Amino acid sequence: MTQSGSVKQTFRHHELGLTDDQAVDMYTKMLMARAFDERCLLLQRAGKINFHVSGIGQEAAQVGAAFALDRDQDYYLPYYRDYGFVLSVGMTLRDLMLSVFAKAEDPNSGGRQMPGHFGSKKLRIVTGSSPVTTQVPHAVGLALAAKMKRKSFVSFVTFGEGSSNQGDFHEGANFAGVHKLPVIFMCENNQYAISTPLHKQISGRISDRAAGYGFPGIRVDGNDLLAVYEAVKQARDRAVAGEGPTLIEALMYRISPHSTSDNDLMYRTKEEVDEHRGKDGIMQFKRYLTECGIWSEEREQALLRQLREAIDDATAYGDEAPFPEPEDILLHVYGDQAGEGRA
Amino acid sequence: MPQMEYIDAIRLAMAEEMARDEDVFVLGEDVGHKGGVFTTTKGLLEQFGDTRVMDTPLAESAIAGVAIGAAMYGMKPIAEMQYSDFMFPATNQIISEAAKIRYRSNNDWTCPIVIRAPIGGGIFGGLYHSQCPESVFFGTPGLKIVAPYSAYDAKGLLKAAVRDADPVLFFEHKKCYKLITGDVPDDDYIVPIGKANVLREGDDLTVIGYSLPLHYTMEAAAELEKEGISAHVLDLRTIQPLDKEAILEAVRKTGKVLIIHEDNKTGGVGAEVAAIIAEELLYELDAPIMRLTPPDVPAMPINPPGEKFYMLNKDKVKKAMQHLALY
Repeated sequence: MTQSGSVKQTFRHHELGLTDDQAVDMYTKMLMARAFDERCLLLQRAGKINFHVSGIGQEAAQVGAAFALDRDQDYYLPYYRDYGFVLSVGMTLRDLMLSVFAKAEDPNSGGRQMPGHFGSKKLRIVTGSSPVTTQVPHAVGLALAAKMKRKSFVSFVTFGEGSSNQGDFHEGANFAGVHKLPVIFMCENNQYAISTPLHKQISGRISDRAAGYGFPGIRVDGNDLLAVYEAVKQARDRAVAGEGPTLIEALMYRISPHSTSDNDLMYRTKEEVDEHRGKDGIMQFKRYLTECGIWSEEREQALLRQLREAIDDATAYGDEAPFPEPEDILLHVYGDQAGEGRA
Repeated sequence: MPQMEYIDAIRLAMAEEMARDEDVFVLGEDVGHKGGVFTTTKGLLEQFGDTRVMDTPLAESAIAGVAIGAAMYGMKPIAEMQYSDFMFPATNQIISEAAKIRYRSNNDWTCPIVIRAPIGGGIFGGLYHSQCPESVFFGTPGLKIVAPYSAYDAKGLLKAAVRDADPVLFFEHKKCYKLITGDVPDDDYIVPIGKANVLREGDDLTVIGYSLPLHYTMEAAAELEKEGISAHVLDLRTIQPLDKEAILEAVRKTGKVLIIHEDNKTGGVGAEVAAIIAEELLYELDAPIMRLTPPDVPAMPINPPGEKFYMLNKDKVKKAMQHLALY
């Protein structure tokens, strides 16, 4: 294609209202999440940390969604693989490493929770737990608060396809549909609930369930960052216009085992994993940026170096930071002094 | 001072708190136009509108979970469970979420919700409209649990619960709704959470309990007074956190203690109260610690003789008190 005069080639990200810098920023956040994830796997194998649960293969949907939200006011209820998401809404690599090493300064939980259990009131990342899908009714409650207080924020909640089978998904979605609340439900369908494949979890389409709740359900290629961005942006527009919730099912593939405690070759083949590695959203977006002429191998190498330094810094920071005092486990059972934990 | 029924006191507490703070709202099944199946929320919709008195879908986990989400934003929801028997679907939201939100976020997020639920039997409700669920939630740090005995306490404790910074389970006894009437000031008083209350001073034996069975206790104590037996009666009012000092003081007073509640004996609140007394006061006791509760069966049946056999009453309590006094 030739370009001449003022006629410019139109790129997808431009059509979606994203600048080149934003596109590069999105790519950076995906690579940052990937680099963090890979470092954690190494740290666990090296015996430096006990556990890691990975989000490799899911970064495109996470970052695409985050950039489509209003990062000054929306509330987020991410699930435990959402490193790409939380890094895109303000959490830092140091914050995440402090959580990985369970240190006192960890903003998520002060070293109390497993890694991947995000939370930060300042960043409006709502604290989460391990029993899956409990966050869905919470997102609906935040959306209810938005409606009652006539605020223009939306709540955004993610969960896996396995989690979509929990009653809390149904109860929350139904409640939100009845009251037309400004909430976006995004299912990160990564094809596996630990070892159980999609076809043993669900016989229909997750996105089709939205019809039963009276709001739109859409399916999107979760490896296509811009497609997810567009879907979430439209869902957000609907939400703030008072048109109610949207269910987005983003299709992707969990490239890593479920966690560092899982041997995934017990239930799937290396060939299957390799096939999906070839469809990785990060690689696809790199190709896209390169084709747009805003990315190069040179910039790639520079970014990788920069990320490596940042991960090294965060790892050292997290590793060297002090643990909480043992007695600190007694704190914050209740807000009043009388109710502190008793040894 | 105005006299009112226990149920009216609960309603008044909600109305006063909603008038005081626009972030307070009520949600639950049939709480709006119907005013609740017991009429506990009757008239609130007319006063505050259907946004703040919200009929929800029939789904208890969502009632609790949505309330939790709203509370994390800063709202002050009062969630009604139609019967405490039906709150078990919400147990994960209450125990895994509400109770742990402050703790797991290292004091960053808080969850100031109130969950109201009618407990107890004696109304021919059968297995699933009669249970006392306290022991399911008791022993979960992070939750506060209150169970008012009088109309006065019902209003004061509910107002305190709404203003509390942490999740409070408010267990109101459905048989008390209309049975119990008392003085309820129309001013803005609260009954502090965590403080037990001496209902009656006495020297011969101490009875410790909460909610409906204390009414039987007070009737029995009045009769026993005529027989020369003087009972000291302590109403726990808050069953979590327990008012340990008040428990010990009440037991020290007489050296004999009967613990009474309608929830199951095994693993009930009384077991913990007994353990506290045994840990601290064993050598000051003049008799073994006694408990009076219904039998450990899954729940009470609907047939009248069976329900009567299950439920406590004045005569059962009186007999137990006499037995202990004469020990």
